[in-house]
Amino acid sequence: MSAPVIELDDVSRRYDEGPPALDAVSLRIAAGESVAILGPSGSGKSTLLNLVAGLDRPSGGTVTVAGVRVDELGEAGSARYRRAKIGMVFQFFNLLDDLTVADNVMLPAQLAGMARGTARRRAMELLGTLGVDRHATAYPGRLSGGERQRVAVARALVNRPALLLADEPTGALDTASGEEVRHLFNDLHAEGQTIVLVTHDLNLARSCATRTVQLVDGRVAADSTVEPVR
Amino acid sequence: MSALGGVVRSGVGRRRVQTVVVGLVVMIAVTVAVLGGSLMVAARAPFDRAFSQQHGAHLTAQFDGARAMAAQLSASARVAGVAAAAGPFPTATITPASGRGGPVQPITVVGRAGPGGPVDAVTVTEGRWATGPGEIVLQADHRLPRRLQPQVGDALPLSGPAGGQTLTVVGVARSVSETAGGWVVPEQVAALTAPGATAGYQMLYRLAESDTAAQIESGRAAIEASVPAGALAGARSWLTTRTNSAGSVVLFVPFLIAFGVLGVLMAVLIIGNVIAGAVSTGTYRIGILKALGFTPQQVVRAYTAQALVPAAVGAVLGVVAGNLLVVPVLAQTNEVHGTTDTGVTPWVDLLVLAGALALVTATAWAAASRAGRLRTVEVLAVGRTPSPGRGQWAARLAARLPLPRAVTLGLAQPFARVLRSATVVAAIAFGAAAATFAVGLGVSLNAVQATESDGDVVIFPGRPISGPPPEGAPTVAPGPPQPPDPVAVVEAITAQPGTSGYRGVAPTELTTAGLTSALQTLAFTGDDSAHGYQMISGNWFSRPGEIVVSRPFLTATGTRVGDSLVLTDHGTPIDVRIVGEVFNVESRGMQVLTAAETLAATQPDLRALEYHITLTPGTDPVGYVKALNAALASVEATAEVAEEESDEILLVVNALTGLLTLLLVTVAALGVLNMVVLQTRERVHDLGVHKALGMTPRQTIGMVIASVVVTGLVGGAVGVPVGVIMQRVTVAEMGHAAGFNLPASVIDIYHPAELVLLALGGLLIAVLGALLPAGWAARTRTATALRTE
Repeated sequence: MSAPVIELDDVSRRYDEGPPALDAVSLRIAAGESVAILGPSGSGKSTLLNLVAGLDRPSGGTVTVAGVRVDELGEAGSARYRRAKIGMVFQFFNLLDDLTVADNVMLPAQLAGMARGTARRRAMELLGTLGVDRHATAYPGRLSGGERQRVAVARALVNRPALLLADEPTGALDTASGEEVRHLFNDLHAEGQTIVLVTHDLNLARSCATRTVQLVDGRVAADSTVEPVR
Repeated sequence: MSALGGVVRSGVGRRRVQTVVVGLVVMIAVTVAVLGGSLMVAARAPFDRAFSQQHGAHLTAQFDGARAMAAQLSASARVAGVAAAAGPFPTATITPASGRGGPVQPITVVGRAGPGGPVDAVTVTEGRWATGPGEIVLQADHRLPRRLQPQVGDALPLSGPAGGQTLTVVGVARSVSETAGGWVVPEQVAALTAPGATAGYQMLYRLAESDTAAQIESGRAAIEASVPAGALAGARSWLTTRTNSAGSVVLFVPFLIAFGVLGVLMAVLIIGNVIAGAVSTGTYRIGILKALGFTPQQVVRAYTAQALVPAAVGAVLGVVAGNLLVVPVLAQTNEVHGTTDTGVTPWVDLLVLAGALALVTATAWAAASRAGRLRTVEVLAVGRTPSPGRGQWAARLAARLPLPRAVTLGLAQPFARVLRSATVVAAIAFGAAAATFAVGLGVSLNAVQATESDGDVVIFPGRPISGPPPEGAPTVAPGPPQPPDPVAVVEAITAQPGTSGYRGVAPTELTTAGLTSALQTLAFTGDDSAHGYQMISGNWFSRPGEIVVSRPFLTATGTRVGDSLVLTDHGTPIDVRIVGEVFNVESRGMQVLTAAETLAATQPDLRALEYHITLTPGTDPVGYVKALNAALASVEATAEVAEEESDEILLVVNALTGLLTLLLVTVAALGVLNMVVLQTRERVHDLGVHKALGMTPRQTIGMVIASVVVTGLVGGAVGVPVGVIMQRVTVAEMGHAAGFNLPASVIDIYHPAELVLLALGGLLIAVLGALLPAGWAARTRTATALRTE
């Protein structure tokens, strides 16, 4: 087995006085794996994703991603870590409405200091790969849900991240668009991209993930390898 | 608590930043308005206010004591048309030595038991009123530098008819009506009257009708008819006193009006912008309230009240702060006018308070009504983010700029809310205009003062005094200062290394037909007589018989540059020609400047009292003075480094200008703060996305700061020309009010580089206003921002 990309050791996250959102979770995800984090609402899925993305800090334990102790990073360090190591895909796409599709995709690269021309070439390449290059100069509001999520995936990949995190990537899509996205993630995984999906969508988990982690009340209730349904 | 009350309370508490901004902006706006309003009221007619407070005399009449009895004069108080009268007060003329270098001139002293009374209630500004023989209270004279004025405790030896006597100054008082040069107890007057002479009497009248010269003349005639023929020796109208006293005080009015207008405009703009913004960001919440069953009227009332709560608190605090600021500012003008005005004007306070709250109510009501009219589903759909399409062209253009992406993202943001950005541009423009105007006004006033330059070194008559006077010695040396030996002084000056030029100044007084007062005249010797003077037209004198004068002189004599004139010196006529108009505020513009040779025939012994020396660049004034004093060891003269005395009026104007500018710039910065807070709040989700995509806190700060760069630059670029126009109009108006034509050096004071810097001041205001919200944006947690809808 490859060296782990993600290592969570005894990670807990508490908010105020309530029960812990995550409670002593330990998890290792190897490079090239595609892991689906499953569980009901409030089980801690998004919290786990936020901790891995460096959007939040654990109350206890350590989070290491691609050799970086994410739990020790400050705000600036977290930002640099995200742009270097992480690509994120959100349920509601989170594309910026006042930027064109191409500008949306280029943004993380430009924030990382890539020259505009280079970033544009990289963005167009990705948009072409994902089949939405004809919308490069359009604004996100004019695209269908599936197309928007493809653009979001292109944006997530523009900096060639070690890890792609996806939070309910089909949650806001109709069936046909959801199917498009499932295929997309399958293709990415086939190309060796390490993926962590948080989803309610069992179909997505079955079709894209090689492993599922079931969270219940902030704890790992099950961790199993699955054979993806293609 | 009702549902409406709950909404108002939670709204005020939840939006703390906007609540604080609304409160602060209203407070500062009201402070400026109260300060400006109160000072405008105070400065609108400072003489009238002071005159009214002192129950000033409309007619100050001098009677010949040999032709009228006191009882006859008392009866004149009952003449038809006389509303009130005071007197008769015995009078005498004395000639006290000032001893502090001030002019030795005769003054009229009036015997009054106390400062009060129904007419001319004199204000004692220092010390106390005279209570016994040998004591005198002097009229405050703000035309003389303080160092030349006798002070409380000084002993004044008298010359002339009362020679040999000494009066001790026990107080300084101010009669706006200028009814006397000094006051003593009534029984003192007899001792001051020449042997064999009869003391005169003064009567002070307030007339029922006193607005015009004709009404005053009518009153004077009625009074004259009531007393024995020839008893009325002279009478002075309050209108004449008012005209003479206007002097520098009228300078306040134009600049206060300028600041007042600026303050009110800014207040309207900022309050409107803040409240409209507050309601705008509450649109989504309004939708929720309506969905829960709130009627449009309830929504409007709730949001108007949310704005009014902090506005009311701010307005009350602003009234208090405005009045607190008015008091010390007016303390200085009180000193000038002898008034005891606190400056607190209740009707101004109430007007500003009511006006501010009415403005807040109207603006909030209008904005909330707009939201109230929207259909609930539309309101919920509008939410807090700008509609797609707004400013996309700007985002496209900015993305192509060769700047860091975080910066270009920020640069495009103002175009998403053009109307709001425009109002902030206007606020910044007003701030920049205020700063430009204030800087220009200060430079102009300093340029005015620079025209009174005495050079780098001044030689005064007399020996330097070191250490305290020996005990028992008189505090004041008797007699006026004697001019030093001109030959020895000039030799010492010209022999001194570092001398660039010099002028000797011999003050004297001449008269000319048509003017009742003596004309102060400066007769110059030396090669640098024109130093510091700014010519308006014509030339500086170059030969005997030529004079240079100011605009008030030309106006008063009906002459022009090039005209000939006859001056009279001790009864001897001197034909002179006016060769130039100079900017010279001394002696209220009535000073005559000429070469000493012009007076050679009439005053052959006239000597320079002071010498003003200009040094070559790089010469150390202190070392020069030390060496020059050594060279002057055998001469009754002392050299000192020239000190520019700051005019009190200029100090007040400068202080006031600085304060008002600071307040207006703060208001402008708060306007920016409010805009950036609104912007940040509206785009908080986008901010979360940016951060999730790897935007660092530093890049976030850069983006937020960049979002105000365009508004700051445009505001500065618009505001600076406005400020320049304000400066030119106001300074010219101030000069006009004082009766002067101003030289270019006083009006054209901006250099291009300074204007660029002032324009960048708009950017500075914008950046200052954006710093705080930029910090908040940088600290906002990404996960929290992403969760925000």
